[in-house]
Amino acid sequence: MTTSPASPATTDLVIDIRGLRNEVAGSVLHRDLDLAVRRDEVMTLVGGSGSGKTQLLRIIIGLKAPAAGLVSVLGVSLTGDGLMEVRAARRRMGMLFQNGALYSAFNVFDNIAFPLRERGGLDEDTIRAVVHAKLEQVELEPQHARLLPANLSGGMVKRVALARALALSPELLILDEPTAGLDPDRSESFVRLIKMLRAQQRFAVLMVTHDLDTLYDLSDRIAVLADQHIIACGPLDEVRRLPHRFVQNFFGGDRALRCFDGSAIV
Amino acid sequence: MDGQSERLKQDLARLSPSMRGKALWQLGGLTALDDVGALWLVGNSAGRHTADTPPQFRVLLQQAERAGKVAQSGRRRPDLLLPFVMLGNAGLHVLDHLRFGISLLGQIVIDLGRATRWPREFPLRELSANIFRSGVTALPVTMLVGFLVGVVLTYLSALQLKSYGADLLVINIVSVGVARELGPMLASIIAAGRSGSTMTAQLGVMRVTEEIEALQVMGISVTGRLVLPKVLGLAIAMPLVSFATDIAALGGGMLAAKVVLGIEFNAFLEALPRVLDVAHFWIGIGKSVVFGFAVAFVACHYGLRIRPNTESLGAGVTRSVVAAITAVILLDAIFAILLRNVP
Repeated sequence: MTTSPASPATTDLVIDIRGLRNEVAGSVLHRDLDLAVRRDEVMTLVGGSGSGKTQLLRIIIGLKAPAAGLVSVLGVSLTGDGLMEVRAARRRMGMLFQNGALYSAFNVFDNIAFPLRERGGLDEDTIRAVVHAKLEQVELEPQHARLLPANLSGGMVKRVALARALALSPELLILDEPTAGLDPDRSESFVRLIKMLRAQQRFAVLMVTHDLDTLYDLSDRIAVLADQHIIACGPLDEVRRLPHRFVQNFFGGDRALRCFDGSAIV
Repeated sequence: MDGQSERLKQDLARLSPSMRGKALWQLGGLTALDDVGALWLVGNSAGRHTADTPPQFRVLLQQAERAGKVAQSGRRRPDLLLPFVMLGNAGLHVLDHLRFGISLLGQIVIDLGRATRWPREFPLRELSANIFRSGVTALPVTMLVGFLVGVVLTYLSALQLKSYGADLLVINIVSVGVARELGPMLASIIAAGRSGSTMTAQLGVMRVTEEIEALQVMGISVTGRLVLPKVLGLAIAMPLVSFATDIAALGGGMLAAKVVLGIEFNAFLEALPRVLDVAHFWIGIGKSVVFGFAVAFVACHYGLRIRPNTESLGAGVTRSVVAAITAVILLDAIFAILLRNVP
């Protein structure tokens, strides 16, 4: 187990955060925070409510500047490089927001086509073909393309948002509570879908979730955010042994143990 | 219950002070007690009770006692420094608005520069949609208001001018007033209430639903994609709407002039080019461009500052409309001073 950035060469890292200090309204939320996500893994970030997971995600996607420290995403320093480099890096990552964040004025087709059109250099026929390919990948039918976000179910919103996040074939996918608000069936099929797409497209994933089933099914490594920094980062069986109150409460429950041991949960 | 509690209070008051201190509530037979009841017991004879009080009510009495103390200590004394603190906060708030406004203006200029350099990237569809929404769809209401204001202005002026026998001067007053002042002002104030509020609410809802964050994550400039088409759209649409308002107001003026002063339509139209210098018309059109830019800029400024909650959304829209109308009137005053020497 390690609390410092992972040892592999920096080029293998899609996210590399060192010595991050983050303040919200004058009070320190993170200090000396290090986190490294490799190109070939699914990293899950867990932490109690109010520990600053969302704030950390906002820093990683460049919506907030840290008070101090280095934040590098896909080899581009968000704290040092210019706006154009940062924008170019953002186009190489996709994000699935908790509530989808679909553009309510656009239908499903235009939502998925939006990043493709913004990227430029693609004719409308190609865009149409890519959108329909993405719809198929997320197991939606062509006739869904004409629907407006307001007419979609929660599960469909997540799928469309996933298709939009994957439209530009990103190298890094960020998932914010991907299964929140879905029933267990839909949640399971959504996790299966992400696994399948990952097997095909080999993107790295950084995920924030409170759902243990999703966490067990998808994660390669777990980073635990507590006491203002990453207190542990490693494979699940290492992290859950950590004698920390949050870790023990989060993973130590009866339900979690049974799940980890492989016995079925009904 | 009220009567009972009053009787109990009176009984307590009849006790001598030394006895009152020793009085105990006998609560053995108590079957129900709520928070207010517990606080009442604590407030009278300090809630002291006999040993046979059921345990769940003991807990409630203890909580009531603690809560009473906290509530007492929580009472804030009037802070004499508060007015100064509020004044300072208001000043900081204004500075914050100013800083945000300047950076938004700078960003718009940068995005405008990008748009001229790479015109293919410019969101033309958004621009045309904005011109249609804030221009074409605003025509009926602005023209109706313009027409009515034209009628009223001409009618009131005519009544005064009639008494001096200067009937024909009404054409001067109405045409210059409408083309230079009223047309642009009316159109801009209606645009502030109509299009400005829509823009603020739209950006605010996009903030609430994280659509703005989604744009940013895709590496797309929010000002380039959302603000620039709105600001340019209204700056283009406003002079056109203003021109239509001018025509409607002059139409209303013509009608009122015929009814009150008996000036024929032909005579009115013939006199118009003579009395209305073309400079007035261009000043009105030029002002409309600036007003349109200002209304959309203020609307976007407030829209982007909305926090993701419903209270902020409502307050933001209200502030946006008030600030946009104020900005239009302020700019009009500045124009009046700057252009005072133009005929």
